[in-house]
Amino acid sequence: MWIGGYLVVSALVFCTGAAGVLIRRNPLVILLCLELMLNGANLALVAFARMWGGEAGQVFALIVMVVAACEVVVGLGLIVALYRRRLPVDVDELRELQG
Amino acid sequence: MSPSAILFFIAAICALTGAVGVVALRNPFYSVLALVFHLASLAALFLLLRAEFVAAAQVIVYAGAVMVLYVFVVAYIGGGQEPLTAGGTPLKIVSPLFAIALAAELCIAMLGTALKGVSGKGAHYVLGFGTPGHIGRLFLTTYLFPFELASILLLVAAVGAVVLARRRRGLEPEIELERRVHIPRPAFTGTMAEAAGTRHAEPGLPELPTPGEAEREPLESGSGPPDRAPFQGGW
Repeated sequence: MWIGGYLVVSALVFCTGAAGVLIRRNPLVILLCLELMLNGANLALVAFARMWGGEAGQVFALIVMVVAACEVVVGLGLIVALYRRRLPVDVDELRELQG
Repeated sequence: MSPSAILFFIAAICALTGAVGVVALRNPFYSVLALVFHLASLAALFLLLRAEFVAAAQVIVYAGAVMVLYVFVVAYIGGGQEPLTAGGTPLKIVSPLFAIALAAELCIAMLGTALKGVSGKGAHYVLGFGTPGHIGRLFLTTYLFPFELASILLLVAAVGAVVLARRRRGLEPEIELERRVHIPRPAFTGTMAEAAGTRHAEPGLPELPTPGEAEREPLESGSGPPDRAPFQGGW
């Protein structure tokens, strides 16, 4: 299968994630959509690694997975802290910092 | 049509279906399950691209470990059905258009590129490409510094999550601590202190209220914003 097909799939996955970040209001689902965006980038990286025949793209994809795991851990910690303080788990209602 | 092309189309359709499911499903728990499906089909795409180690790491680390974390937090928070269409903010109308425009732009940029390799099938396959041995050698030689940096980042994130999510004094009502430490149970209700003979009832003192009536009061009235919807239970 030609490399362009994988790139198109990665672009579509990335845009789906971007739309989800903008549409959804639950911070948990927003984190899930961020995962989608990172996975779209990962797919493009691995496709380019296949295209060039080098493994640097795959190493980059693995590092991106590490960063995504860190982001998930910190984000979920924030959500649990929000829930503990009995704040609404909804990004539209958390506008205290908005001037 | 070659078998790899058929596999590509199946995996790509599954991946896109999972991605749309994450965005479109109302229940956060079902969104997590859709993301697991998406990740599994993405691992199939990685295998088609000869990235064996990345595919294995995707399934084990991502779909296995990270998603379990998500499931735990969704179970803890309780999810709740979020109305997808309520509100009617202009963002909800504009953002799908923005996403479609971005997708079209990215596709044009990627397919209309001058890179010759994009329309090809990839470089010549070398035996051992993408195997754990090759990736591991790269990680320990050429990319040693990013590897160590990633491990430090993981450590910092783990410590940060513990600091963020721990119980803090003053930020939340300390009901449990109060009930356990500061308020003694009334006399003659069968405490262990009475059984051991270390606590004697003093006849002059007024009877303390039973824990069931008095201490539960400030829990409902004093804590938290009153407009918050109560926990519905379930996912």
